[in-house]
Amino acid sequence: MLELRNITKRFGDVLANDRVNITVQSGTIHAIIGENGAGKSTAMRIAYGFYTADSGEILIDGTVCRIAAPRDAIARGIGMVHQHFMLVGPMTVAENIVLGAEPGSALALGVTTASADIRRLSGELGLAVDPDAVVDHLSVGQQQRVELLKALYRHAQLLILDEPTAVLTPREVDEFFAILRGMREQGKTVVIITHKLSEVLAISDEVTVMRDGRVVGRLHTKETNAAELARLMVDRDVLLRVDKPAATMLGATTLRVRSLSVRAHDGAARVDRVSFDVRAGEIVGIAGVEGNGQTELIEALSGLAEASTVSGEIRLGDQDITRFGARARRELGIAHIPEDRHRRGLLLEFDLAENSILGVHYRKPAAYAGGILLDDPAIRRHAADIIAAFDVRPANVDLPARALSGGNQQKLIVGREFDLRPTLLLVAQPTRGVDIGAIEFIHRKLIALRDEGCAVLLVSAEIEEVTSLSDRVLVIHRGRIAGEVDPKAATVDEIGLLMTRGH
Amino acid sequence: MRELFTASLVMSTLRLATPLVLAALGGLFSERAGVINIALEGIMLAGAFTAAAVTYAVGNPWVGLLGGIGAGMLIAAIHALACIRYKADQVVTGTAINILMFGMPGFLSGAFFLSSGSTPQLPKEQLIPYTPMVMAGLLVPLTWYVLYRTPFGLRLRSVGENPAAADAAGVSVPLIRYSGVLVSGVLAGIGGAYLSIGQSSLFTRNMTSGRGFIGLAALIFGKWRPVQTMLACVLFGFTEAVSIQMQGVVKLPSGEDIPVQFIQMVPYLLTIIVLAGFIGRSRPPRALGLPYEKE
Repeated sequence: MLELRNITKRFGDVLANDRVNITVQSGTIHAIIGENGAGKSTAMRIAYGFYTADSGEILIDGTVCRIAAPRDAIARGIGMVHQHFMLVGPMTVAENIVLGAEPGSALALGVTTASADIRRLSGELGLAVDPDAVVDHLSVGQQQRVELLKALYRHAQLLILDEPTAVLTPREVDEFFAILRGMREQGKTVVIITHKLSEVLAISDEVTVMRDGRVVGRLHTKETNAAELARLMVDRDVLLRVDKPAATMLGATTLRVRSLSVRAHDGAARVDRVSFDVRAGEIVGIAGVEGNGQTELIEALSGLAEASTVSGEIRLGDQDITRFGARARRELGIAHIPEDRHRRGLLLEFDLAENSILGVHYRKPAAYAGGILLDDPAIRRHAADIIAAFDVRPANVDLPARALSGGNQQKLIVGREFDLRPTLLLVAQPTRGVDIGAIEFIHRKLIALRDEGCAVLLVSAEIEEVTSLSDRVLVIHRGRIAGEVDPKAATVDEIGLLMTRGH
Repeated sequence: MRELFTASLVMSTLRLATPLVLAALGGLFSERAGVINIALEGIMLAGAFTAAAVTYAVGNPWVGLLGGIGAGMLIAAIHALACIRYKADQVVTGTAINILMFGMPGFLSGAFFLSSGSTPQLPKEQLIPYTPMVMAGLLVPLTWYVLYRTPFGLRLRSVGENPAAADAAGVSVPLIRYSGVLVSGVLAGIGGAYLSIGQSSLFTRNMTSGRGFIGLAALIFGKWRPVQTMLACVLFGFTEAVSIQMQGVVKLPSGEDIPVQFIQMVPYLLTIIVLAGFIGRSRPPRALGLPYEKE
């Protein structure tokens, strides 16, 4: 049994954990849910010794333990699989698994004996993975297995999993849950951190709900439901599905894509002869398992892809824009909410005012005197307008973007792109790593934009999001459009099959 | 031309490659742990000066060698403390150490030996011309074994690639990094000692003349792998040996000597050309130069 008692942890001004009490019973699967920034990961990282608490204590089987570093937690049978995997890419699976717990002497690593142990362990749990493979060459799902094996190899009796399903396809999630149940049958304890309510209900025995760094609920899964959990998480009633009227004012074709291909440097087609249209006033969703060409498609449409890798035709209205650069496309009214806001969306060290003018920095109101001087008061006003209209918190234009939560960073980007008054919006993973409140807000804004007559192309790895927002859904598989489905009629299973098999 | 390629050229190549191998392997231990070590040059200078001074003082080159190792470790420890404990910029710290060690021997020899930069000449029987060469040769397979076949090596590599992963696996990142940098102090210290009490018989001002940097270049050329790094050192040693033998031998078509200074440029020129053009993609350890901070 693991018990966190009165754990408090502060990061600068942010109180990440405020007298948190969590009790995990042995032999159960325990879910910890909450919005982003609720303090779930922080609490569990403290249990694993990755952070040290400012105050409070950790008890294992009733006795107070000092856990100052991961090795203390490992010694007490606690293992953790982090949301961002903690693997050394260029090393082999076996090397990663034994690292820090090498079986041999100081003079010999003993990787060969370890390989046998690893094969036995992976056989017992159905976690097939080759010990001699290099981690960088493995798929994300396989890397996750390596993480699990790493913990089990250290004889972990209690496994903490931080957002383990974020990287898995629906089918892989089912397999993964079967593995977790198998571990519970072996008497192990599992703590799963997530913000997906359906998963909590599907897999857990008990739930701890966190909000704003505090524990706000302890429930038995059998005795609760999604609506109650959601209410506890956000402290109000939420719409779990987007309520949206059908597209009404369908206009002319805004985006026309014909036979578009994007090739990687090795010559392989990442996007393979794709053709589709997006009309004014509709949201077209692209569903697919990540890595099936969505990123490359969006980069090609936004003008960010290297021109030599792109072939085919892209038309905006009646203009051929295939050879246009990113800036020219933005001038024509193509806005882009990128999938990775830290890479393409924001300059994290810059303040909100500066981030609010990225992409319009060379023209009014940001710049004057022919675009060579920045108009600071105007920029700050511009930022303040966006912050007010899109409810970015804290509403302080001088804060660096890094200081904002994921949801608020995303709202700033959405606001900035909407401010372009786009005719076409390219939006990828708009609510990734965003809390429920902000998800709802962003969804409503996207629908409002559609109803103003903008054409929207939406890419998302969340089937639920694509089907509930889109008027039409295209499924992408290995760079090709595998089919078009009606989001109102299709089931998640049907779409899931198209996503994974391509037919 | 033929008289150039003789047994003496081979011997000369090995002699000249020895300090490079020692410096480069030292750099390897530091950089594989993720700490950039351009302080190798300064560490070698410290090792060279201390070894010569101690040998002169006690009359025993082995004690002198230990002194050189100690001095190398001391300088490495300063570098490690600044880079690991205080998370200073590793290039700036290394540069500061190099500048410091450029001047320090002159200051100390002024105080001890009333000379401005050199230590007194040592008698021939107080020199160790061969042992460091043998050590350098043996250290290559030893380094390979430590790096790829021992828990310490695995941890060293993991800390240089992804310290967060190593930390999560229960490895102490600072401990491993300190060890790596200190080992680099030992090896570069031996390399420096070899220059003053092996190759020559006294310390002279700036006697490393960039060998620490060439060792570092060999490390990059050798893709941070022990055997390839040694081969790179031998190549650099060979060009230096050739350039020495060419002096006064090879003449311009007009019959004049090629200026010595020009020939002496060759090894350095080669370093630049090799690093800029011929190594292809040499991937450094991913966490090289980055202090480890938990988010």
